[in-house]
Amino acid sequence: MRNKLSWFAVPYVVWMALFVVIPILIMVVYAFTTQAFEGTLDNFAQMGLYTTVFVRSFRLAFLATLICLLIGYPVSYWMANEGPAFQRVAMALIMLPMWMNFLLRTYSWMSILENNGLLNQLFRAIGLLDLLGVDHIQMIRTSGAVVLGMVYNYLPFMILPIYSVIVKLDHSLLEAARDLGADSAGVFRKVILPLSLPGVLSGVTMVFVPSVSTFAISRLLGGGAQLMLGDLVEQQFLGGAYNPHLGAAVSLVMMVVVVVCMVIMNRFGEGEEQAVML
Amino acid sequence: MSKELIRLANCTMAFDDEVVLDNINLYINDKEFLTLLGPSGCGKTTTLRIIGGFQTPTSGDVYFDGVRINAVPPYKRAINTVFQKYALFPHLNIFENIAFGLRIPKTDPLGRKVKLSEEEIHQRVMEMLEVVNLRGFERRRITQLSGGQQQRVAIARALVNRPKVLLLDEPLGALDLKLRKDMQNELKRIQKAMEITFVYVTHDQEEALAMSDTVVVMDGGKIQQIGTPEDIYNEPKNAFVADFIGESNIIDGIMRADGVVEIFNRRFVCLDGGFDKDEAVDVVIRPEDVDIVPEDQGQLKGTVTSVTFKGMQYDIIVDFYGFKWLIQTTDLSPVGSRIGIKIDPDGIHVMKKSRYSGMFGDYSSYSEEYEEISGAGYEEDSGNAE
Repeated sequence: MRNKLSWFAVPYVVWMALFVVIPILIMVVYAFTTQAFEGTLDNFAQMGLYTTVFVRSFRLAFLATLICLLIGYPVSYWMANEGPAFQRVAMALIMLPMWMNFLLRTYSWMSILENNGLLNQLFRAIGLLDLLGVDHIQMIRTSGAVVLGMVYNYLPFMILPIYSVIVKLDHSLLEAARDLGADSAGVFRKVILPLSLPGVLSGVTMVFVPSVSTFAISRLLGGGAQLMLGDLVEQQFLGGAYNPHLGAAVSLVMMVVVVVCMVIMNRFGEGEEQAVML
Repeated sequence: MSKELIRLANCTMAFDDEVVLDNINLYINDKEFLTLLGPSGCGKTTTLRIIGGFQTPTSGDVYFDGVRINAVPPYKRAINTVFQKYALFPHLNIFENIAFGLRIPKTDPLGRKVKLSEEEIHQRVMEMLEVVNLRGFERRRITQLSGGQQQRVAIARALVNRPKVLLLDEPLGALDLKLRKDMQNELKRIQKAMEITFVYVTHDQEEALAMSDTVVVMDGGKIQQIGTPEDIYNEPKNAFVADFIGESNIIDGIMRADGVVEIFNRRFVCLDGGFDKDEAVDVVIRPEDVDIVPEDQGQLKGTVTSVTFKGMQYDIIVDFYGFKWLIQTTDLSPVGSRIGIKIDPDGIHVMKKSRYSGMFGDYSSYSEEYEEISGAGYEEDSGNAE
């Protein structure tokens, strides 16, 4: 090795080989075999049964990513243009929820959204439920609740990369654009937006990938009524429908679809500066 | 040629309590190459930013073609800027960088938005690429260009909009010496060819003298002198200007009569007049205006204390009665030798005393300065040896 320090990377390389590369290979083997480990494509054929789960997973993850982007971009832009003291406080507020346990936060949303939860109690108290003539508004166990959970949990992953790109934008570029005749809208559209795309791509990746594979959020807030790919895989490995071979096949397909999405997006942003990965 | 285009009237700029520009009055003529020259922090860049519209003066007015433009934003001014670090758009290629201004719809006198046709944009960008010698580079990315090429893209991007005035903020600062000289000629050629007013900011006095029609010397937020390069060099108004532009020996003198100045108790004939009798003055003597003669023929007599070979000439430091002069000569006078000097009347320039008197023009610390500079170079070398 060229550099003596490179030897320090050996433990990590070994770790990666043992716990990333080999498991993926095992997964591939499982996906293409039967319970008796004979080669087959049945696992993929069976997946037709779960088309709705695939569609639902990608639809909800896409929706959550879109909402995160629509909220996250303006927030990042606004933060980046405020003073440094404001930026520090805002950053702390955005990070704060992430220091609390993920399950705890999601359970809290359960007690807020339940049929007898905080929101419904509030609606009852102000007479909204009587007005509508219903006992409660169904919020938990809907796809809306799942999307809400995703947005709530993953929004910081959208804000941080976009913010860090915008805050580092060279101010003289904005002045140059104004100098060349662009008004504020023009400066945003022609300079700020294209230059912040790498941050957007990072953010989209970091929200979409965990959203599409989540099972805790859909279990707790979807209440089993909103089965997603993560739940499906979990059932095959731990649940009653025990079939690791099918689970591996589902995981594999999901992985391929995500990778294809990422490649397409990176093509779209090709030539931009390297995406900022946090 | 001499039509006034831009006027700054009593412009003052203050950030919090810090006055950056102090009551600047300046006019700039059409098609003129004007340079704002001064050390860093003198207010030259702020002056440029006020003209460009990036800053509004705390008090005072800015006029463009007779119209007050204090509140006019940059994108509505017929002025374009070449920024110090070029500020080229990294997400666009060379062609699109130059076309940036052309692609923005302009409002015509009737209030309608007018867009240039694709052919016209193409034609004008190609024309500009020709002017800055970058034909064939239009599809390249910014990162694929050298510093000098990026510089030329920045100039093309500004000029393609056919501004009345081009502002240049130390545009050659990041280039090496050879390239800087080439670009100086290039800029001068472009300015002449396109008949545009250039307002140029630099701290490099050589650059200012070589390129400008008018030089504005600034320090401490004030204009010290405005004039042609020849005026500024030959007739500096105070010790600051004399020291900043070229090398100068600045000596205390007394004006005994029109055309007679006394230095070191000896009377010299000079060409200046209009001072009070026996008025204390600063006397500037340029190092190249001193003739070395045998000691017994000299108007002043001194001892050579240091000699530096500069290629074209020797820089020698001579001690006259405790005051050290810099003299440039082609004849070697060894260290320790006694010499005499003669100064012709046109080699002596007399200035009024100013707040800069006594601050400049003594070369006592000259040799130490020289050592410091060469020492820094060695340090850099040893840093790479690791």
